Amino acid sequence: MERTTIDLWFGAFVAAGFAALLVLALKVGNLGAERATQTYNVEVRFDNIGGLKVRGPVRSAGVLVGRVQEMHFDNERFQASVTLALDKRYQFPKDTTASILTSGLLGETYVGLEAGGDNKMLAAGDRIQISQSAVVLEKLISQLLFSKAQEDGGKK
Amino acid sequence: MLDRLRRPLARLGHNVIEGVWRIGVMARFFGLVLASSGTSFQRFRLVMREVYFSGVLSLIIIVVSGLFVGMVLGLQGYETLQKYGATESIGVVVALSLVRELGPVVAGLLFASRAGSAITAEIGLMKTTEQLTAMDMMAVSPMARVIAPRFWAGVISMPLLAALFSAMGVFGGYLVGVVLIGVDNGAFWSQMQAAVDFRYDVLNGVVKSVVFGIAVAVIATFEGYDAPPTAEGVSRATTRTVVTSALVILALDLMLTAVMLRGED
Repeated sequence: MERTTIDLWFGAFVAAGFAALLVLALKVGNLGAERATQTYNVEVRFDNIGGLKVRGPVRSAGVLVGRVQEMHFDNERFQASVTLALDKRYQFPKDTTASILTSGLLGETYVGLEAGGDNKMLAAGDRIQISQSAVVLEKLISQLLFSKAQEDGGKK
Repeated sequence: MLDRLRRPLARLGHNVIEGVWRIGVMARFFGLVLASSGTSFQRFRLVMREVYFSGVLSLIIIVVSGLFVGMVLGLQGYETLQKYGATESIGVVVALSLVRELGPVVAGLLFASRAGSAITAEIGLMKTTEQLTAMDMMAVSPMARVIAPRFWAGVISMPLLAALFSAMGVFGGYLVGVVLIGVDNGAFWSQMQAAVDFRYDVLNGVVKSVVFGIAVAVIATFEGYDAPPTAEGVSRATTRTVVTSALVILALDLMLTAVMLRGED
C-alpha cells in the first residue's frame, strides 16, 4: 500500500485523541489510583449512618484504607447495614470499632476504623461488632438547650 | 375575521407538516446512510480523507478554545471558591464542568460550525453542479461514495475532539490555578482525582460526544443532500446545518444529562 500524508495526519489525530482520553482517565479521573488494589469486604451495622454515601471513604488514623461498597436498610433489626471494601494490604483486629465521622463541620461523611487489641484479624465476610452512629447535630443542640434549661430551673 | 385568520393558520400548519415531513425523510436518509456504509469500511481511506478534513483541520480551533475555556473556568472558579476558602477545589470545578458538559457540548458546537457547515456546502455544491447525478449515471452510488464516508468521519472525529478539548481545558485550568494563582499543585490534582469518577463522569462525557457526533454528521450530510440546487439553496442549507445542529446538541445534552445524572447515591 502506498503511504500518503493523510495517513500520517489521521494516525496523529487518532493518537492525540486517545492520549487525551487517557489523560482524562488517569490524571483527571480516578482510574489510575484505585482499580489496581485488591479488596476484601467487611460488614458493619449502624443505628444511623447520617450522610454516608456509596463509594465514600473508609479511614483509619486518617489514612484511606477502603471505600463504602454497599449499604441497605436491615428490616429485621431496623438498622443500617453497610458493606466496606477494605484494602487487602491492611488487616484489622476482630474488635475494631467502626464509627461514622465527618471531616470538618461541613466536610464529607466517612467511616472511621479504630483498631482494637484482638489477636485475630478480620477476614472477608466478617462483621465488625462495635459501631458508633453518626452524630445528629439537631439532637445534640436540643440536648444542650434542654440541659441548659434544667440548670437555669435549678437555680431558682 | 375568519378569513383573515385562515392565511396565518394555513402557513403554520404548512410549516408544521413540512417539519414533520423533513424529520421522516431525515430518518430514512439516516437508515440509507447506515445501509450503504459497507464501502466506507472496505475502502477506509475514503473515511480517513474526510477525517483529515473535518477532524484534523478542526484541531486548532478545538485546542485553542479548550485552553481558553479552561483558563476562564479557572479564573471564575477561583473568584467564587475564594469566598469559601476552598481554592484547592478549583481543579474539581474545572475538570467536572469540562468533562461532563462543556467538553462535549462546546466541542460539538465548534465542530458543527467548523466541519458541519463545510460538509453541507461541499455536498450541496456537488449536487448543484450535478456531480452526484453524474456518479449515479456511472453506477457509483453517491450515498456510499460521498455521504457515508463523511458521516463516519464525523462520528469518529467528534469524541476525539471532545476529549482533546477537555484535556486542554484541564491544562488551561492548571495554568491559571497552579501556575498563575499559586494553588497547591498536589491538592489541585488529588482533589480532582477524588471527585472525577472514570465511569460516571469521563465515560458519560464520551457517550455524549459520540451522540453529538452522530447528530451533527447526519444533519450536515442531510442538509447538503437535500439542498435546493441553487446558490441560495446551498447557502440556506449551510446556515440551517449550524442552527439545527446547535439546537439539537443542546436539546440532546439536556436529555442525556437527565438520564445520566443519578443524583446522590
